[in-house]
Amino acid sequence: MRVFGDMWRYLSDGANWTGGDGIAALLGQQLLLTLTALLMAMVVGLPIALWLGHLGRGGFLAINISNVGRAIPTFALLALLVVAPWPGTDQLGPYGRAGLATLIALTLFALPPIITNSYVAMREVAPEVREAARGMGMTGAQRFWQVELPLGLPLVVSGLRLALVQVWATATIAALVAGPGLGQIITDGFFRSNYGKGIAGALVVAAVALVLELLAALAQRAVDPTRRGTPTGGHTDALSVTGATLDEPAEPVG
Amino acid sequence: MTILGAAAEPSCYSRLVNDWICPAYVTDRQQEIVDATVQHVGITVVSVVLGLLIAFPLALLARRLPRLEATILAITTGIYTVPSLALFPLLVPFTGLSATTVVIGLALYALTILVRSLLEGLRSVPDDVRESATGLGYGRGALLMKIELPLALPVVMAGLRVATVSTVALTTVGSLVAYGGLGNLIKDGVLTNFRAELFTASLLCVVLAFVLDALLVLAQRLLTPWTRGVRA
Repeated sequence: MRVFGDMWRYLSDGANWTGGDGIAALLGQQLLLTLTALLMAMVVGLPIALWLGHLGRGGFLAINISNVGRAIPTFALLALLVVAPWPGTDQLGPYGRAGLATLIALTLFALPPIITNSYVAMREVAPEVREAARGMGMTGAQRFWQVELPLGLPLVVSGLRLALVQVWATATIAALVAGPGLGQIITDGFFRSNYGKGIAGALVVAAVALVLELLAALAQRAVDPTRRGTPTGGHTDALSVTGATLDEPAEPVG
Repeated sequence: MTILGAAAEPSCYSRLVNDWICPAYVTDRQQEIVDATVQHVGITVVSVVLGLLIAFPLALLARRLPRLEATILAITTGIYTVPSLALFPLLVPFTGLSATTVVIGLALYALTILVRSLLEGLRSVPDDVRESATGLGYGRGALLMKIELPLALPVVMAGLRVATVSTVALTTVGSLVAYGGLGNLIKDGVLTNFRAELFTASLLCVVLAFVLDALLVLAQRLLTPWTRGVRA
């Protein structure tokens, strides 16, 4: 197939990698966008979700925010932000054109998985463990830092992992609405019927996505206090859907 | 100055006014909006059904051969990791600039969620129920169709709802290859700075997601009458 030849020619031409709108610069830009948005979502989402989970309150909100987030097309939100008078398509330093609009959209879409998973992580700490900690005379803060957080950490990290995937995908879509990042290579290629270029961009985006996912999976394994890695059977992770994570409210804490 | 702008009574979607919410746009461009919505629903439904058709045998295979389970889950998770805007172009050399490209891409995403919920659902069937059924003389096929699947239905339906809602949202990205349903209108709205078109199409996407979700909830209630009393 000819497009594969075109793709290979595009990728193997060093000139396409360097310069202001080369692959390397756009890749750096998209990584910067992704990490910034993820960090902002963590700063906002983690304290709220962990605290609510610790108290056992606001479960309905914490769990349904993911359902609402899924229903809103990332493309539509990006488009609305870009066409609106603010934030619009203004340049934002290293974040490129429509940088602020993209950052806002990325952060918003990173929040639901972080909030839902962190909340569920706190709630899924076995009640007898929680009782035992209470019986030992631990204060609320001690229980949170020494019992609930370490036990819930793998699930919290799996939420971050899901958020990372989501943010990377959304950052790519930003190019459909004249935003920054690697998606520009894809949309530009398709817009100009230069499919080899578009597919080359897609290949780079997909490869980086897989590398990021792999790194996140390793991070998740590293924080598992039981050190048995990620079990395959019967274990809930961020992508699996169970009745419990969907519609059962958390049990009230006594 | 465009002709629209010079009209005696500029409509709310003229270049001069360019309102976000504009009923006149909806009535004037009704056919366009209906066509886009029909395409959107079509792509979504076909993708989810295709995803389900592939997910079902995969889940059964993963359950029969536990050594394959980790591989199947790893591959589907890998696919899920690839952004939609990158997955569609990667399919283009095989399927061209067609609706098939979008449908296959979306089916692959739906598949990831559905395989997991099918496995989770089948696992949620209590062992003693399975044993009783075997004791009553159910063979493997009958056990699956008459006992396990109905009992797995609540979890499977939960996965189907997640898959459907995310597919509705992701279909918009198909506008890259001109088959994005309402996404085509969103893209056009961005390119031409047409706020009414952009806003109406975005709103319809969200409404569509909630309508399809409500239909699935209804279907679940009809299919699992025994859970009604318990849930309350």
